Amino acid sequence: MATVVFVTGDDVSTDAIYPGRYMATVLPTETPQYAFADNAEFNGRLKAKQVPPESVVVAGRNFGCGSSREQAASALKGYDLTIVAEGFARIFMQNSINLGLKLVIAPGVRASEGDRVEVHPDRVVNETTGESYATVRLPEARQAIIDAGGLIAYTRTLLLQRRGRA
Amino acid sequence: MGMTVVEKILARASGRSVVRAGEVVEPRVDLAMSHENAALVINQFAEVFRGTGLDARVWDPSKIAIIFDHRVPAESSKTATNQKKVREFVAAQGIARFHDIRGDSGGICHQVLPENGYVRPGFVVVGTDSHTTTHGALGAFSFGIGATEMASVWALGSAVNIEVPATIKVVVRGTFPPMVGPKDLILHLIGKLSAQGANYRVIEFHGDAIGRMPTSGRLVICNMAVEAGATSGIVPSDKETLRYLRSEAGVKDSIDLVLPDLDAEYERVVEIDVSDLAPQIACPHTVDNVRRVDDVAGTAVQQIVIGSCTNGRLDDLEVAARILKGKNVAPGTRMLVFPASGRIYAQALEKGYVADLIKAGAVVMNPGCGPCLGVHQGALGDGETALSTTNRNFKGRMGNPTAQVYLCSPAVAAASALTGVVTDPRKGEQE
Repeated sequence: MATVVFVTGDDVSTDAIYPGRYMATVLPTETPQYAFADNAEFNGRLKAKQVPPESVVVAGRNFGCGSSREQAASALKGYDLTIVAEGFARIFMQNSINLGLKLVIAPGVRASEGDRVEVHPDRVVNETTGESYATVRLPEARQAIIDAGGLIAYTRTLLLQRRGRA
Repeated sequence: MGMTVVEKILARASGRSVVRAGEVVEPRVDLAMSHENAALVINQFAEVFRGTGLDARVWDPSKIAIIFDHRVPAESSKTATNQKKVREFVAAQGIARFHDIRGDSGGICHQVLPENGYVRPGFVVVGTDSHTTTHGALGAFSFGIGATEMASVWALGSAVNIEVPATIKVVVRGTFPPMVGPKDLILHLIGKLSAQGANYRVIEFHGDAIGRMPTSGRLVICNMAVEAGATSGIVPSDKETLRYLRSEAGVKDSIDLVLPDLDAEYERVVEIDVSDLAPQIACPHTVDNVRRVDDVAGTAVQQIVIGSCTNGRLDDLEVAARILKGKNVAPGTRMLVFPASGRIYAQALEKGYVADLIKAGAVVMNPGCGPCLGVHQGALGDGETALSTTNRNFKGRMGNPTAQVYLCSPAVAAASALTGVVTDPRKGEQE
């Protein structure tokens, strides 16, 4: 069971998740400080460590639209958040899978801040409201990267098979 | 059943005779582009090789292009240090298609790639920039990826686990009215499809209006295909593609046109007639919040921006210069112009556009992304409004979450610079 720490609507862009002016910061150890930097309240809670790992952000459709900046995924990964959304934009979803940020696609999902939710393999249950939402499985090709522990590990295995001595 | 252009390109690049939407393939990559974020790609590339005992060499340095454009010249020591690190990597790996901060060969990646003939019909192009969709204008399958995915491409020479996207066919007919053009068309289409209407799909452009559209305009519509969520936009290559590559990009070797089959399967078909299209404007804070310019005419504007990978090309500067020549930017409004590349800047100087713009009061900046992504060169004050020919108007995009950004064509931007308020450029024509 996890707590919903932030609820947002449709079309949240990577400019909102990680503003462009911080793009010169690239290290995954440094990007989390700028997560949702233009939202002083949520950014403040994150930085003050008031958000426990595995907390849930609930979003609408097309979360992560816009720029391909990977910092948007690495910043959220830094707080070990789970993003439950009605849908994700393509590049953000791939970046998240590549880096191991946990995404859940749950059409119709509704929650309020403070709600308690349980993420099951096939559904998300909002224990506070009693509502249950079926989840959409990630495509198999993407699941393979998650199972490998991210794209770095996945690529390393392929590289060794193709170029290497191993 | 036949194949769409992208299915054909992916089949060929994956060594298959046929691929269908939904299949997973691993296409070889013909061109891999990065900008300043190559600094992050370099880190991830080193991670891939860590512990393998292998020499960390890129698969083929001749297929990698790196262009500095997002923060040029560097706005901070941090950026300058990242750029230095990229220069060292480029030298060590022997990457020749490197465009540093230079007045002649520099510029925005999405202009530098086409004008140097790096992109060809049938290519698979990946770029660590969401607007990599731009290069579909030359008949390539070109899409944005993240830095870690690029590190994987640099190591393997292919893009792993690519799902063949379904395709939406957009047929554009008719002749644009005066002061209306490709930017108005793509804004109108995004408004129609919505910001996620083409998510995980390709938009393939057809119709007589596309056939007559020069490559500069095709670059505009493919550039913004991503604002409807599209993986890529693509214009099947034709005689205009050949003309551009031969006479503007200086390509000498053979060019292989890749066309869709007549019986290709499309997920849906959208038809647009541009004959009576009015100038369009995307209102804050989403790109699909599109209206006719008329609807918001009179809105006060403090900053006008003409430039970017969307509208910083020679024909864009020509329109702006024509509207502003001999007139003045309105008091209380500042106008910033960013040519898309050094080559375009030089051409605009030669044709007198730069002088016309400067004399009217515009500030002509160096080629680069400028204020589009809110890093430097034109941040907005609290509550200010910008009218821009760029491609995104998300809250905070130009560096200030309390500011408003409207998106429009160069004609609308230039006409509005004269009045200081959002202005329909057709009004000025009649005077």
